[in-house]
Amino acid sequence: MSTAQAVPAAAGESYLHHGRGVRSWLLTLDHKRIGIMYLVLVIGALFLGGVFAMVLRLHLWSPGGALVSNDAYNKLFTLHGAVMVFLFVIPGIPSALGNFVVPLQVGAKDVAFPRVNLLSFYLYLAGALLFVGALVAGGLDTGWTLYPPYSLEDARGLGILLALTGVFLAGFSSILTGVNFIATIHKMRPPRMGWFDLPLFLWALYATGIIQIIATPVLGITVALGFLERLFHLGIFLPEYGGDPVLFQHFFWFYSHPAVYIMILPAMGIVSEVVSVFSRKPIFGYRFIAMSSIAIAVIGFLVWGHHMFVSGQSRWTNVIFSFLTLLVAIPSAIKTFNWLATMYKGAIVLKTPMIYVLTFFAIFGVGGLTGLFLGALATDVPLHDTYFVVAHFHFVMVGAVVTAFLAGLHYWWPKMTGRMYDERLGRISAALVFLGFNLTFIPQFLAGVAGMPRRYATYAAAFQGMNRLSTVGAMVLALGMLIAAWSLLGSLFRGRRAPANPWGAASLEWAAASPPVHDNFESPPAVVYAYDYSGLELISEEAGWARAGGTSR
Amino acid sequence: MSAPSPGSAPAARAPFLAPHFGSMGSQLDTAKLGTWLFLASEVLFFGGLFTAYAVFRANHPDLFHYAHHFLDWRLGALNTVVLIGSSLSAAWSVRCAQLGQRRGLRAALLVTLLLAGVFMVVKYTEYSHKLHHGIGWGAAYHPTAEILESLPAALRAVPAPEHLGTFYSIYFLMTGLHGIHVLVGMGLYLWLLRRAGRGDFGPGYYVPVDMVALYWHIVDMIWIFLFPLFYLV
Repeated sequence: MSTAQAVPAAAGESYLHHGRGVRSWLLTLDHKRIGIMYLVLVIGALFLGGVFAMVLRLHLWSPGGALVSNDAYNKLFTLHGAVMVFLFVIPGIPSALGNFVVPLQVGAKDVAFPRVNLLSFYLYLAGALLFVGALVAGGLDTGWTLYPPYSLEDARGLGILLALTGVFLAGFSSILTGVNFIATIHKMRPPRMGWFDLPLFLWALYATGIIQIIATPVLGITVALGFLERLFHLGIFLPEYGGDPVLFQHFFWFYSHPAVYIMILPAMGIVSEVVSVFSRKPIFGYRFIAMSSIAIAVIGFLVWGHHMFVSGQSRWTNVIFSFLTLLVAIPSAIKTFNWLATMYKGAIVLKTPMIYVLTFFAIFGVGGLTGLFLGALATDVPLHDTYFVVAHFHFVMVGAVVTAFLAGLHYWWPKMTGRMYDERLGRISAALVFLGFNLTFIPQFLAGVAGMPRRYATYAAAFQGMNRLSTVGAMVLALGMLIAAWSLLGSLFRGRRAPANPWGAASLEWAAASPPVHDNFESPPAVVYAYDYSGLELISEEAGWARAGGTSR
Repeated sequence: MSAPSPGSAPAARAPFLAPHFGSMGSQLDTAKLGTWLFLASEVLFFGGLFTAYAVFRANHPDLFHYAHHFLDWRLGALNTVVLIGSSLSAAWSVRCAQLGQRRGLRAALLVTLLLAGVFMVVKYTEYSHKLHHGIGWGAAYHPTAEILESLPAALRAVPAPEHLGTFYSIYFLMTGLHGIHVLVGMGLYLWLLRRAGRGDFGPGYYVPVDMVALYWHIVDMIWIFLFPLFYLV
């Protein structure tokens, strides 16, 4: 136990080598391996959704449509949305990165319910396969929101049934992940680790878990009802049988609005970790950041009606939903200002994760502020269903969540794989992602304000310039992502071996070896406040950081 | 699992203590929290259907008033009593396990399982009677003349409201989803009976008995809401 803490994995056998063969992965109960399997699948989903997006953008190169039929276009944007939302953005950070990191950050051997964790993975896999099945069975052209009556008419074939079942299973997977994380954070902490010692990533996942547990079952029952309505004509959603299609919208958004906080809260958690570590300064306003996560989760349940301002809600309902929606800006701004204050007078290190986080700040700022235009009634009505909406939610769901995902992926990559990625390639990819993203979506804001409606395969010639800029931007963005993928995958073969603590972070996952042993820690790690950097010193690039004196083990 | 990792392997680990927990107490606590969280999710799952009920009842009170006459409140009341009885035996099974009373435990588990079976038999009778008389969900609602005779005279005199099938959609969905939960519960009680027969449970380890009982109480409670909402409109 003497000075082993900063030495690369040598002592024990890493989790990657604990058990060999396909079975040892497919039947594993190890949260780290389950996290890696999730990671492979969500990145696969990101790639698939990204290919759909590129085809859409290329098609929109010319006003009449350059590439595919109108029918195919409708299917492509539906599947792009559904795959990205249900298979990448929602499970991306919690299930893939969270699964790997959560038990390590609480100093535990595993999540509270490892079997449930594996079940959750297979439910997600089954859901994903059903989506692929929907694709094969002729696709789906309803939009990812699946609004009836169109989506549940008899003419919609097998595709909608497979997709609804896929959503149901993916949702169930998400609920189980939420249960697991909340139980883990509550019960698996070492006795000396208080609530306000936790890394803020855990607070973010805790708030996410609340939403997953309370909102997702409502989506589950909604898609189950849709499934049965399509088959048996229940008269719940379809008006010709006495049903109420607007009820579907209420149900759908009761989940799907809180779901955007399932997407963004874990992203904010990553940002809180990275911004503090790479500013070499304890996080500013810890309790405010922690509590604002909870506040976002709670307020997030009360705002779904803002998706339905033009669906025939009463005027007073609209006013109340509008007011509640604007309230979300307060905890979001609290976080943003605390992050900026963390950087103030810090010793900022511009490594790849930090560059992605700076990208996050810029993009999340714009995405959040344009949200106000859509939350406010008077401006939402003309902007409704224009490209302004498309640009807004891509700013938040792609610009913010994906950049935070990439920040987290680079940040924890050494821990997951035991290899350092190529810093130069990482920085280039981050810069390209930032440039490409803005070039893609800023023109869409402008086109939207000028009145270009979303979800059409063709558009008025006046919008051609904007659309071409957007398409070029999408190519730059794709190039940036491919470089990131190249750099990360290449590091598996060429990367330098990672030390236990390459960044000088204080949270417990960095007290484990890189990659960790099967039981995570060879001896119980010393518990400190997650942002207490006192005594941490850089030994060398190869050996990483360690606490001076090497005590406390 | 072939090679035990060096350094771990405490002398006598309790047989049902999972490797990532320090003590049976923390394992029980964690299981309880997880179960409650899952049950919260279950409540919201049913919550969607309760909301559908509330919306349609508020918008079409006449429909609910008319349609509920085809439901037999006596069978509903019988099932309520049966389920409350099963909750008692479920709670009893937990106590027996905690006190190490093995015979009592097996008896209580068996009684719970049997009462759940009685519930399903009654439910089956009700369903088959409905469907036999053309009382189906949504578009499948085509009541026979015979069953229409059973309506009170005041209702027979006026034309039936439109879309009565929606009421029965909600009825079949809510009681059906509840029935699926009862079936799952029966499966769980069978599993518990097998393990209790093996002598797995005692004062040191009764997590599954406790957790399944929690689940069973929720299933029971949902029925306690369903009964008045449908049978006693």
